[in-house]
Amino acid sequence: MDWLPVFEWLEATSVGAAIRESLWLFPVIECFHLLALALLGGAVLVVDLRLLGLGIRSQPVAALGRSAQPWLVGSLAAMAATGVPMLLSEAIKCYYSPPFWYKMSFLAAAMLFTFTVRRFVVSAGGGRIAPLWRRVTAIASLGLWFGVGFSGRWIAFY
Amino acid sequence: MQLAPFLERLESSWASVAIRESILFYPLVETTHVLTLCLFLGLTATWDLRLVGLAMRGVPVSEVVGRLFPWSIAGFAIMVLSGSLLFLSSPVRASGNVFFQIKMVAIALAGLNAFVFHNTVFRWVAEWGESRRVPTRARVAGFCSLGLWAAVVVCGRMQAYNWFD
Repeated sequence: MDWLPVFEWLEATSVGAAIRESLWLFPVIECFHLLALALLGGAVLVVDLRLLGLGIRSQPVAALGRSAQPWLVGSLAAMAATGVPMLLSEAIKCYYSPPFWYKMSFLAAAMLFTFTVRRFVVSAGGGRIAPLWRRVTAIASLGLWFGVGFSGRWIAFY
Repeated sequence: MQLAPFLERLESSWASVAIRESILFYPLVETTHVLTLCLFLGLTATWDLRLVGLAMRGVPVSEVVGRLFPWSIAGFAIMVLSGSLLFLSSPVRASGNVFFQIKMVAIALAGLNAFVFHNTVFRWVAEWGESRRVPTRARVAGFCSLGLWAAVVVCGRMQAYNWFD
C-alpha cells in the first residue's frame, strides 16, 4: 500500500497547518514529548531492571509492574498526544524520512511486546518464569524501546 | 582569566572543530544525550513521584531512592559527558544563549535541592520511609526536583532554537 495520499491528507489538516505557521508551537509540543519520554523511560526501566535482577530487587516483579503500569500507559498516551500533532505538521517530510518508518515499526513491535509477552512475564511473578526468560524479556523490551527512541531522534537528521 | 577569549579559543580548538564538522559523531552524541534522559530523569522522577505520593506508594522510600540512586548517578554522568561534548562544539553561541544560562542555574539548584534532601530529612528515612505519607520537607524536595528538572529539559530543548541569539 502506498501511504503518500494518507500523509498528504495528514499534512493538509488544520492542526498541522496551525503548528507549521506558529513559531513556538512545535518547540513547546517537543518539550512535552521529551518530558513524557523521561517518564516513559522511568516506567519501563524500573520494571526491566527488576526483571534483570537489578534496581529495586527487594520488591516482587508483579508488584513493581502494577505500580509502574499507570505511568507506562499515561506517558505513552502523552507521547502519542504530542507526537501525532508533530507528525501532522510535517507529514510529507516524515513520509520521505527512513528513520520515521523505522521508529513506527519499532513502536508497533515494542507496544505489541509490552502489552502481551512482557505483561504476562511481569504479572506471572517469581515462581513461574525462569530467571533466564525474565532477563530475555527485559533485554528485548529495552532493545525495542531503544530502537523507538534512537530512530525517533534521527527523524530530525534524515 | 577572561571568559570570552577563553570560549573563543575553545571554539577554535581541534576538538571543537572536529565535533562540529563530524557527520555521524555529533548526531550520535546528541542522541545519547536525549535518550539518557530515560535513565537519569526517568529514575529520578520515579523517586520524586514516590516522595510526592504519586507513584510506588507501596514501596518503602529508602528502597526506591537507595536502589535507583546508582543508576540515576550513572545516567547523570553520561548526561554531563555528552552535554559537555555538545557544549564544546559551539561554546560561544551556547554560553550566550539565555536558555543555556537558565538551564545551568536550574541544574545547580536541582543539585543543591538533592544535597539538602540527602543530608537532612533522608538521613532519618528509617523513621518515615515505610509510610505512604512522607514528611512535608521530603515532599517539598520531590516537588522542587520535578519542577527544576522539567525546567532543565525545556531550556535544553529551547536552546536549539535560535530565537534569542
